[in-house]
Amino acid sequence: MNKEFIAIRWHGRGGQGAITAAKIVAGAAFASGYAGVVMAPTFGTERRGAPVMTSLKISKKKIYDLSPIETPDIVVVLDHLLLKEADVTHGLKPGGIIVLNTPMAHESYHFEDYRLATADITAISVEAGLPHGMVNTGIIGSLEKATNLLGIDLLISGIAEEFRTRKPEKNSLAAKIAYERTVAGG
Amino acid sequence: MHIIENGNAAAALGVKLCRANVIAAYPITPQTPLTEKLSEYVELGEMKAEYIPVESEHSALAVCIAASSAGARAFTATSANGLLYMHEQVQWASGARLPIVMCVVNRAVGAPWNVWNDQQDSISQRDTGWIQIYCADHQQIIDTVIKAYWLAEQVSIPVMVCYDGYILSHTFMPFDLPEPEKVDAFLPPFKPDYFLNPLEPANLNTVTLPDVRMDVRGELAHGYMEIRCLLQEDLRKALQTAGEAEKRFAGIFGRKADPFIEPYRCDDAEHVAVGLGSITYQMRVCVDQLRAEGIKIGVMGVRYYRPFPDEAIASALKGKKGVIVVEKALSYGYEGALMSDLKSALYEYLAGTGSLPVVQNFIAGIGGREIRTDDLTQTLRAAAKGRVSKEPLWIGLRL
Repeated sequence: MNKEFIAIRWHGRGGQGAITAAKIVAGAAFASGYAGVVMAPTFGTERRGAPVMTSLKISKKKIYDLSPIETPDIVVVLDHLLLKEADVTHGLKPGGIIVLNTPMAHESYHFEDYRLATADITAISVEAGLPHGMVNTGIIGSLEKATNLLGIDLLISGIAEEFRTRKPEKNSLAAKIAYERTVAGG
Repeated sequence: MHIIENGNAAAALGVKLCRANVIAAYPITPQTPLTEKLSEYVELGEMKAEYIPVESEHSALAVCIAASSAGARAFTATSANGLLYMHEQVQWASGARLPIVMCVVNRAVGAPWNVWNDQQDSISQRDTGWIQIYCADHQQIIDTVIKAYWLAEQVSIPVMVCYDGYILSHTFMPFDLPEPEKVDAFLPPFKPDYFLNPLEPANLNTVTLPDVRMDVRGELAHGYMEIRCLLQEDLRKALQTAGEAEKRFAGIFGRKADPFIEPYRCDDAEHVAVGLGSITYQMRVCVDQLRAEGIKIGVMGVRYYRPFPDEAIASALKGKKGVIVVEKALSYGYEGALMSDLKSALYEYLAGTGSLPVVQNFIAGIGGREIRTDDLTQTLRAAAKGRVSKEPLWIGLRL
């Protein structure tokens, strides 16, 4: 992966918090020296539960192109059922990374050209004390485990800051457990 | 201090830093989060202002007109059909010479119904006597709101700060948050020469006759035509004041820019792409690609659309072979409004010099149609080779 410019596309459902998660990663990237970070949600006629997408571009230089990502380096999928509903690997670069929240075993998936990282974020988040279905902080732990991009400590402090009035410890813990338990591989 | 926020938040923070006294707004996508933020600031006591929720955009601007007439610093914001619904009051605000600042979060107008971005809404208000400024990123949004109040209050003309819906309004990026004390140094409290005072009742903007006449004090008063001519003269003079605003701002904040145009790789360019708003930054990426292919091309963003900086634009384009105007709006029945204005400026300054560039017009992103950077690059590549069409061409059209 070219670490000068990284394109991450997030797939979630309306209300799942994909935009907040992408925003936390954007903040951590900026804090770690990426001068250009742009997080652009794709807007349609959203409603709770419908598939939604957001683009996160991270660059060493200011970003002038705000158009949606066409060839991501990484896709983050907050719900494994989206694999059937949306073309989540569309344009994903060969050798690209898929970060997937799923209760299924890593071995039950086969992606030819991509590297897959999985964790049961839904269960992990409940274990961390969050309400069922809150997965947007846990998935950040999985993303970091799969990519080694920004460092888990920086991301966790970003989570604690974003959620300072809404269970900062539990959200941080979800990311920490997810980071430890994510299965990453070919 | 740099923060990462969306464009609507950048605008709201700018309004807060400017210490607006009265905010009146009606929510409309994609402007809604901007006014929500402002109502939060007022509710939390972070901003000492009157937030007046109204039942329509027409009333929103009517409230701002009343507030500004009474000497308050007023703000509103809208998009698309909301702006069109305001139209009568838009004309009134400039005719009454009130220094209101309004953000227009650019969105396509109905019919058919559409909530996505283009610039037909603000372009359709071109001839209303407001100053219109377009922004290409969040730093420009927050800085322009601050400069807009200073400029508006210097020249007694309202200002529209326009930025692309979703593409800027809902996209997060880092920008430098101006320090409150520096904003206070830049923008002193609003003290109009004249404002409504209950102790001295007066009528404002009552029926004004076609001809000049004696007023109640026995002094010769302007007719309607004199008042409107002064608006035109003052708008033209506002170009000078805009230059001063930029200098003042640079002196305090250190961010310096040409107030009217934003050229990129234009110095040795043979061809220059021109546009308004965020698309001009996207075209920088196209220009870099085309430069790598050996095509001498640059891009110029037009920041001030009204008053039109004709001289700055014409001198920047002097000696160029081709000009490629890419617009998100159209004067239906002819061509893009910027295209016409730009050609008029070139004619004024370059006719007879034998160096009038070939000017071409492209229409893009109407109703939020995605503008793929590759398509944009391909368009500029083809246009740099020679004239593609006399009529405006639509990029990404699938008819």
